[in-house]
Amino acid sequence: MASTPQTSDAHTMAQGEMDLLRFATAGSVDDGKSTLIGRLLLDSKSIFEDQLEAVESTSQSKGYDYTDLALLTDGLRSEREQGITIDVAYRYFATPARKFIIADTPGHIQYTRNMVTGASTADLGLVLVDARQGLTEQSRRHAVLLSLLRVPHLVLAINKMDLVDWSKDVYEKIHKEFTQFATKLNIPDLEVIPISALQGDNVVNRSENTPWYSGPTLMHHLEHVHVASDRDLVDTRFPVQYVIRPKSDQYHDFRGYAGQVAGGVLKKGDEVVVLPSGMTSTISRVELFDTEIAEAFPPMSVTVHLEDDVDVSRGDMIARVKNSPKPSQDIDAMVCWMTNEPLKPRQKLAIKHTTRTGRAMVKDIQYRLDVNTLHRDQEAGELGLNEIGRVQLRTTVPLLCDPYSKNRTTGSFILIDEATGVTVGAGMINSGS
Amino acid sequence: MTNTHVDYRLSQLDQLEAESIHIFREVAAEFEKPVLMFSGGKDSIVMLRLAEKAFFPAKLPFPLLQVDTGLDFQEVLDTRDSWVERLGARMIVATIDEAIAAGHVVDDGKTSRNRMQIGTLLGAIEENSFTAAFGGGRRDEEKARAKERVYSHRDDFGQWDPKMQRPELWSLYNGRIHAGEHMRIFPLSNWTELDIWHYIHREQIEIPSIYFAHEREVIERDGMLLSLGPEIQPKGNETVEKKMVRFRTVGDRTQTGCVESEATDTAAIIDEIAVARVTERGATRGDDRFSEAAMEDRKKEGYF
Ligand SMILES: Nc1nc2c(ncn2[C@@H]2O[C@H](COP(=O)(O)OP(=O)(O)OP(=O)(O)O)[C@@H](O)[C@H]2O)c(=O)[nH]1
Ligand SMILES: [Mg+2]
Repeated sequence: MASTPQTSDAHTMAQGEMDLLRFATAGSVDDGKSTLIGRLLLDSKSIFEDQLEAVESTSQSKGYDYTDLALLTDGLRSEREQGITIDVAYRYFATPARKFIIADTPGHIQYTRNMVTGASTADLGLVLVDARQGLTEQSRRHAVLLSLLRVPHLVLAINKMDLVDWSKDVYEKIHKEFTQFATKLNIPDLEVIPISALQGDNVVNRSENTPWYSGPTLMHHLEHVHVASDRDLVDTRFPVQYVIRPKSDQYHDFRGYAGQVAGGVLKKGDEVVVLPSGMTSTISRVELFDTEIAEAFPPMSVTVHLEDDVDVSRGDMIARVKNSPKPSQDIDAMVCWMTNEPLKPRQKLAIKHTTRTGRAMVKDIQYRLDVNTLHRDQEAGELGLNEIGRVQLRTTVPLLCDPYSKNRTTGSFILIDEATGVTVGAGMINSGS
Repeated sequence: MTNTHVDYRLSQLDQLEAESIHIFREVAAEFEKPVLMFSGGKDSIVMLRLAEKAFFPAKLPFPLLQVDTGLDFQEVLDTRDSWVERLGARMIVATIDEAIAAGHVVDDGKTSRNRMQIGTLLGAIEENSFTAAFGGGRRDEEKARAKERVYSHRDDFGQWDPKMQRPELWSLYNGRIHAGEHMRIFPLSNWTELDIWHYIHREQIEIPSIYFAHEREVIERDGMLLSLGPEIQPKGNETVEKKMVRFRTVGDRTQTGCVESEATDTAAIIDEIAVARVTERGATRGDDRFSEAAMEDRKKEGYF
């Protein structure tokens, strides 16, 4: 039975059409990431009674003095046993301003790959530090990763301010230390907020303990940070995912190229080039399901039709005649390595870039990045688990790529171990590839 | 022609839709034999709608698989049939009784039929050599699900190992598996219960009538309202009451409770959920209530 829509409370209904912010937590073990997410959910009234009751009773039975809000996101049995986060938890909440998708990531170095998983799709990175300890190697590593992943907005939350007497000096010292470190990174937008995740100060509600702080609360910042301009609307990139050929009587000659727009705007009449073949044609129609639409832009999933019967298949890319990526088999990229067995020159791997899959050989590991000092160690020769370095690859198929700094979709790839099938590396393409 | 979005911004619902469609196409392109696990509930119907959009005007490039517990609500089966007919989809029904006969599950008299679904499902996947199975799970449902990848790897025994999940970066999904293994795919991972209802409302999607408030004879048991039926009869001092109720999830009718509600259309349901204080599973699913890790344990075994 289908129902007929009726008028409803305007505010509630509007939530279907609001915008979206994805953010990821980062920082060392026990800096309070999961507690903070629990606090955000609780104070924004996004926690259901049965969920709160469950963590209250678990906290009690463990003999804790207070309700451990981290239990709201630490959902695996081993996480609750060890009191740490092992894998990313995705949590959701909405305020009248926005819907939020949170990736609560682990701080433990052993699980860095899970942090990268959570951060790869984030619009904003939320780095926590424990006010008593200041920056640690792990907070630096995470800041470096967020910067390499080009997460465009960063918040440094100085947590556990309750344990340092709400000291302005402590706040300013860490603020300064981080800003100095950050000058060597790529962080276009930074906000530094003193908080107590445990007690809720400056999370949703402004704290009376920090009269010296005049900036926004964390929630206010999350609700208002401007993310719409982070997308590339200039350089048209449409990786073809799937060719739709119904082969039915009604749609006998239908031939649509389905995919998700990775950059720019596509519309009827655009002169386009299909890569890698280099054939040109004109867009005759752009559609979303059964409706023709005027324009398609990121991250819409649409179907594109061309005027000419050119050969197009999965893995090809539609771009503009005068603005297209150069097909290349020599890739220069920053690689984050994610498995115990180190990455070495001459190693062969499978590579997936947009909708293209091929094989790649490591030609050279130019340097390994020291996450503390940002020193480039050119003698390293290999990359171990959780290490980051600059790598040259030769691929069997040409990749249709852009620098990651221009486009996070056409500039990224994953490396897969051909024997185990496991994803072992994340790559971000440098300009000049 | 529809003029979309002059300011080049996509609402969160459109972003979710685009992400799910991308996942469907990726799986159809890279896996040899995908299947969509279809329960007839609202989430699997939304999934079906997104699949319809992903491949239009072609038919779905994979069949649907339903595990029949023999305890499904008739209204749910009716809606299922109507969807299957409209899309011209191929439907495979795996029944628990057949699975018992084939030795995929053992009926020891103690295990609930709901739990026997696991073996039935795994049996059907193995028998048909499906390599990818779409499920309607959402990460907001439960804290173990909140941890699961969009592509969730299952070993030879259909089991999930939460401590060894593959990294999943950007929207570059890795679909590599070995013979005998399969991948669970969750295109609705990032949808919340409220998103689902907004979408059903916006798209005017056909769902089983028991989601809307109606009068029904119910019995209160363990804090849940269960529907009177052949399997559910009053015990001890329980009484049968007539109430306006609706279901927030639809599963096995002996395990799924309903809630009191006046919401007779999608708009009213959205208003009701926006102020709900209990999760949909907490309110109505007997199977998740046994322990804090009930869902994680069932997932490891190969539950949806
Ligand atoms: N006093 C005080 N304690 C805090 C605060 N925030 C967190 N904690 C405590 O710090 C401990 C660690 O918190 P978690 O939230 O689990 O830390 P985490 O950063 O998520 O740790 P991992 O995920 O394992 O990296 C817990 O005992 C918290 O109660 C705070 O603002 N003040
Ligand atoms: Mg944590």
